Amino acid sequence: MLPSRFEYHRPESLEEAFQLLSQYGDDAKVLAGGQSLIPVMKLRLATPGHIVDISRLTLDQIAESGDTLTVGALARHRDVERSDVIKSGYPLMATAAPLISDPVVRNLGTIGGSLCHADPAGDWGSVMLALGASVVIGSSRGERELPITEFLVDTFTTALEPDEILTQIKVPKASGSFGGTYLKLERKVGDFATVAVATHLSLSSGTIGRAGISLTAVGSKNIQATDAEASLAGAEPTDDAFAEAGRLAAEASSPVTDVRGSEAYKRHVVGVYVQRGLARALELARAA
Amino acid sequence: MEITVKVNGADRTADVEPRMLLAHLIREEFALTGTHIGCDTTSCGACTVLLDGRPVKSCTVFGVQADGREVTTVEGLLQGGQLHPIQAAFKEEHGLQCGFCTPGMMLTGSALLEENPNPTDDEVRWAISGQICRCTGYMNIVKAIQAAGKAMSETSEDAAASVAS
Repeated sequence: MLPSRFEYHRPESLEEAFQLLSQYGDDAKVLAGGQSLIPVMKLRLATPGHIVDISRLTLDQIAESGDTLTVGALARHRDVERSDVIKSGYPLMATAAPLISDPVVRNLGTIGGSLCHADPAGDWGSVMLALGASVVIGSSRGERELPITEFLVDTFTTALEPDEILTQIKVPKASGSFGGTYLKLERKVGDFATVAVATHLSLSSGTIGRAGISLTAVGSKNIQATDAEASLAGAEPTDDAFAEAGRLAAEASSPVTDVRGSEAYKRHVVGVYVQRGLARALELARAA
Repeated sequence: MEITVKVNGADRTADVEPRMLLAHLIREEFALTGTHIGCDTTSCGACTVLLDGRPVKSCTVFGVQADGREVTTVEGLLQGGQLHPIQAAFKEEHGLQCGFCTPGMMLTGSALLEENPNPTDDEVRWAISGQICRCTGYMNIVKAIQAAGKAMSETSEDAAASVAS
């Protein structure tokens, strides 16, 4: 399969990339790792006239500063998977990274590219929703920061304007006792999720401070299960509370029947995974 | 677009359309047909090559992205006419049946062994989990990669011993 013809640009700097996007607007697509863009171009679902390859720009640093973790948009899934700072302080991200696609794809695919692709079956969207992350967006017009909730608009649709590039992801550092995990049901390694659930839990003198619960592949975009989250805020972390959160999250999901499972089955898995995820997050929080 | 790629240690130039995939660049422009194209959808890993030492699926990379970088294909494993230890191990351990997935499996295996010379069963299975052997010959692929790791460690120990003595 061959994509349609395009002109290839490899800017030497972010400024040059912004300039190219200002020039070509809607007819340009940004190439990062290419692991989503190239497949959709081969299927001719995307037929950009211009490709702006930013993959060699140095935008891949992962660093913690103060109470924020900053991840460069070009950090590869592999980099996140192997990052010591993420392994030690961001268990939800650390468990999600090795479940993304397969090891060979993770060598190229980037966290920023995945978020910009905004596939409802994409994993990073749910992780970032559960963590309350924000994204930094640049263009020749300047820079702006958006909460991830506003960035992810709909299926394959983000708040990015045609001349903008996602440059960084900012994740608030959790403090005190906290835990989190990503649970993903997939038919085989490399397949899209049948269902996946991101959970994050922080404890404040024994009760739940903040709970983050987000769902993958069960709606038109990654879903933040806000009712389930609210039901846990200030609550005792009990099995009953987790079961109720699971029920609310399943209610918030809107899966569709496909080759991976029926609507009812996927909804059931959401409930089970939310409970299991919260139990695991609690275990980690108490061990911390 | 004119590009230069270091393929198996030697600079090769080609004038290609940007939309040409790396898999086609390797097979059609560089005439290295050891890189196989299976699914063409990033699923099977038959087309895996090393880009700057890391396994990538060459059906999901544009050839122009390899400009100025190093690509290693299965043909590049051969060292001075001698089989690379991973090739020898695949032969010895019957790590292939039809052979279609073999180039990709050997390249991913060799990259794994660079980082981890003595991988467990699980570590090998994890590393090759993005690649499919439709003959389902995984048992012997895993054994072959481990055997190659062992052979490579012994060779480097021998070399160290001969330097010491």
